[in-house]
Amino acid sequence: MTAYAPIERTTSRGATADRIFNVVTVGAAWLVLIVLLGAAASMAWGGRLAFQTFGLKFITSSDWDAVGGQFGALVPIYGTLVTSAIALIIAVPVSIGIALFLTEIAPRWTRGPIGIAIELLAAIPSIIYGMWGLFVFAPVMASDVEPWVNDHLGQWPIVGPLFSGPPIGIGMLTAGIVLGIMIIPFIAAVARDVFNQVPPPLKESAIALGSTRWEVLNRVSLPYARSAIIGAIFLGLGRALGETMAVTFVLGNAHDLSVSLLMPSNSIAAAIANEFTEADTDLYRSSLIALAFLLFIVTVIVLSFAKLLLMRINRTHGRTH
Amino acid sequence: MPSRLITRRIVDGLAFLFASAATLFGLFWLFWILWTTLAHGFAALNGKLFTEMTPPPGSEGGLLNAFYGSVMMILLALLIGTPLGIAAGTYLAEHGRYSRLAKVVSFLNDVLLSAPSIVIGLFVYELLVLPAGHFSGYAGALALALILLPIVVRTSDEALRLVPDQMREAAFALGIPRWRVTSRILYKAAATAISTGVLLGIARIAGETAPLLFTALGNQFWSAQLSQPLASVPVVIFQYAMSPYDEWHTLAWAGAFILTVFVLGLNLAVRLVARRGK
Repeated sequence: MTAYAPIERTTSRGATADRIFNVVTVGAAWLVLIVLLGAAASMAWGGRLAFQTFGLKFITSSDWDAVGGQFGALVPIYGTLVTSAIALIIAVPVSIGIALFLTEIAPRWTRGPIGIAIELLAAIPSIIYGMWGLFVFAPVMASDVEPWVNDHLGQWPIVGPLFSGPPIGIGMLTAGIVLGIMIIPFIAAVARDVFNQVPPPLKESAIALGSTRWEVLNRVSLPYARSAIIGAIFLGLGRALGETMAVTFVLGNAHDLSVSLLMPSNSIAAAIANEFTEADTDLYRSSLIALAFLLFIVTVIVLSFAKLLLMRINRTHGRTH
Repeated sequence: MPSRLITRRIVDGLAFLFASAATLFGLFWLFWILWTTLAHGFAALNGKLFTEMTPPPGSEGGLLNAFYGSVMMILLALLIGTPLGIAAGTYLAEHGRYSRLAKVVSFLNDVLLSAPSIVIGLFVYELLVLPAGHFSGYAGALALALILLPIVVRTSDEALRLVPDQMREAAFALGIPRWRVTSRILYKAAATAISTGVLLGIARIAGETAPLLFTALGNQFWSAQLSQPLASVPVVIFQYAMSPYDEWHTLAWAGAFILTVFVLGLNLAVRLVARRGK
């Protein structure tokens, strides 16, 4: 360091360097915005041919015919929504249960290791979920779970048709379950953190009034954490909607609209992954990019909503503490 | 009155039973997935994996070209994504801490963090592959860099915010220019946390498949050129697992084994070190 240099020189040199440093960091921050907006714009641009050709029919038609040049995205949209819904039905109660276990029940020394193990579920690459789903889980579904589902749930009134079909192992139910497992760690981690943030005096007061531990959770912790939990659920939903590889392996890539959850279907991400490199016409390619545009817009909205809800809990915390 | 108490106790017990069952449920899948991957993969390991190229259908071979491609693309993605991510994180935490831009970027960065990676792949396809006219390792690396970027932004932002303000004040009081305070003092204080984030980012992009499908594509043969289509471990696993050939399935399991051990090993190591650091 130039310890005896005149002060003016140091500061003016510092000022120039400061300006450069500032420009670099601002530029990098803008880059994040540009990537997000650029991805949306380039999907819209790439999909314009499909949108112009089919208009609204693109999302209302289930006719996906590469040879005849007809592309309607209803099946992949339906498949994406149904598999994500199954995933949420499984993951939400399980994740809240895990969060409750980690914050209230587990002996203190086991909380760290069990928490890390659950988080590792999020670290497993989705391609591994896909391979395991295809070679290990789908056969089990086909030989054990789906025949049982057919014989029992399939006989129920109203929901019966959802659960009857050929037990082939590959289909919306299998994909939904795999997705559910994949999003458990995301929802569980947020739920655990907000349960831990519930001010102890609130819980202690409830206990002092004679509440059971379940009542403390149900009437104190859950209401306190409600918006963050909903935010976490939307975070999981955003992940489930856009998940590609695991779904591609176990969904079956079939462009048929079927009521039965046991039937193969398609999802937006899986259709793109399966077909994009084989798309041989401009319209085909454009239709797949148009699908990506729809997926991107919907996930960005879902994730923004999640972030808003999660931000609110953080901010109220900043005030109360 | 006592019967009501009994009902409440039973509900309480059931809730706790459910919570424990839910945790077992989560752990059950983790162990099932890990066990099958490790068992199938371990059986498929052999010396040829690291010395031979990916084979044509029906014959044996290794994954050397895929390992090479993955390593090169991850390194290049790190070279692009890390400095940009740290710079953006510096803006969020330091230079623009209270600005409107920082709030917007911080918000959208979290959205980008969870956005579907296949869309990032298509974005890079439109950006690089289409104008160039062919798939390339550079495009694959850029796609991975764009996935790494929000991870590094988030962790470096958080790491810098954890540095106590007294440190900044002390440095400013000595008349040190701001860029030197950031680069010499704050980065040093936040170095462990930032590198933790970068390592977790490596673990994340090492397993990414979807963004590579339309950028690096894959290459059955040895190619050291990043300007050409480049093989990678996840894409080879995808292609071989979806194929009808047994030899290819075996190789896919071997690749899955190495990928899983690498990703989970890195995750565990980082977490253990971070925990000890606290």
